[in-house]
Amino acid sequence: MAGRPIKVLIAKPGLDGHDRGAKVLARGLRDEGFEVVYTGIRQTPEMIVSAAVQEDVDVVGLSILSGAHLTLLPRITGLLRDQGMTDVLVTAGGIIPHEDVPVLQEAGVAAVFGPGTSIGQVADYLRANVKPRDA
Amino acid sequence: MTGLAVGDQGRALAAAARAGDRRALGRLLTEVEGRSPAARAALVELYPLAGGAHLVGITGPPGAGKSTLVTALVAAARAQGRSVAVVAIDPSSPITGGAILGDRVRMQQHAADDGVFIRSMATRGHAGGLAVATVDAAAVLDACGFGLVLIETVGTGQGEVEVAALADTTVVVQAPEMGDEVQALKAGLLEVADIVAVTKADRPGADQAAASLRAMLTVGAQHDRVAGDRPRPRRPEVLLVSAVGGTGVVELLAAIDRRTPTAEDSASGRGNAARVRAEAQLVGLVMERVRDRLSGVAARDGLAEAVRAVAAHESDPYTTAERLLAGIMVTSHE
Repeated sequence: MAGRPIKVLIAKPGLDGHDRGAKVLARGLRDEGFEVVYTGIRQTPEMIVSAAVQEDVDVVGLSILSGAHLTLLPRITGLLRDQGMTDVLVTAGGIIPHEDVPVLQEAGVAAVFGPGTSIGQVADYLRANVKPRDA
Repeated sequence: MTGLAVGDQGRALAAAARAGDRRALGRLLTEVEGRSPAARAALVELYPLAGGAHLVGITGPPGAGKSTLVTALVAAARAQGRSVAVVAIDPSSPITGGAILGDRVRMQQHAADDGVFIRSMATRGHAGGLAVATVDAAAVLDACGFGLVLIETVGTGQGEVEVAALADTTVVVQAPEMGDEVQALKAGLLEVADIVAVTKADRPGADQAAASLRAMLTVGAQHDRVAGDRPRPRRPEVLLVSAVGGTGVVELLAAIDRRTPTAEDSASGRGNAARVRAEAQLVGLVMERVRDRLSGVAARDGLAEAVRAVAAHESDPYTTAERLLAGIMVTSHE
């Protein structure tokens, strides 16, 4: 299926309600030619993973500012593995201390984008790292 | 990958999806959206198993409350223990091809419910192909046991009725601030409605909007019986709903259910909506295949040269089109 736009789920797990960054990224990726499913704030790991399964996305982008990333993000990558979504690329953005990044990477988060990342950088990273579909 | 292997893959996805594998269903819908050979193989298996579901189109202007109403209908149907699928369509950018698929924002309360399956689709600039992809997606969900399939269209203006018209039942969603009575007199969207849902009934003016819609939509009804075979616009019922207040939603679902195609309709293929849908799908598929083959012919015989010759007025487009069509017919025998 050549030419299928890359499909990205943007979700905010947990309780913080600050979604400006997530919305700006969603809009920016739209302008970069991605199909962006936006689920909004206050999502549980279960809601995010079933949305990823139903939408069959290539990327799950998680925006989190609350500090609960070490709890919620490994839970999401674990549930994705349980669902057989091992080929989906999981990325995170928001306020995540540098020392936590290796922990998240160990848990299956491919990349962490902190404040100051440009939309172009995110788009380039996704284009380079989404696994092509064999069908 | 060979054609056979792709066919096997499509059939395997279809079997797994029917067995309740949500991941397989999600993947299969991706194939359907991409109009892939695997999807064709799957649809050949699944189409005969579909036909039992009630396909309901939900359409209306942007911001009228379609997604909110769909969410409320899903909740009402779930309260009755029914499984529900939603196909939510949002527009692709004609410039970048990107899209924001934002209908799920209102529907996420149902995301983790196994009796609900929600899929967003972008329009992807399909010329007429969106209808085919949508009907195929609905058929897949139907064959996988979802008895109620809600198809939420893009926010429409006055003329885009194509996708909504393919459902068994079409609900046109109008907000109270829809404009004056003249809006209800105009041709287009309201003519394909079986049900008009006036949303945001908790707001001032909703009663008046419903009343003026009822009055205007029944104008000319007395002529229907003498119209003979002349096509007539539908005469929709007008219902007031407030998804936020929870009023009118159960009544709307009941009105939708009253329009469920009968088993005889499905078995005979005589239901009017089923026939309209089948015709649109067949014509759409033939057009899709012709476009595919035209690309093949273009690659082999140089469409670019034909385009150049017509643009330069060296050839006329009619003779050139006939020649391309002849090339397609040859290809189809290969």
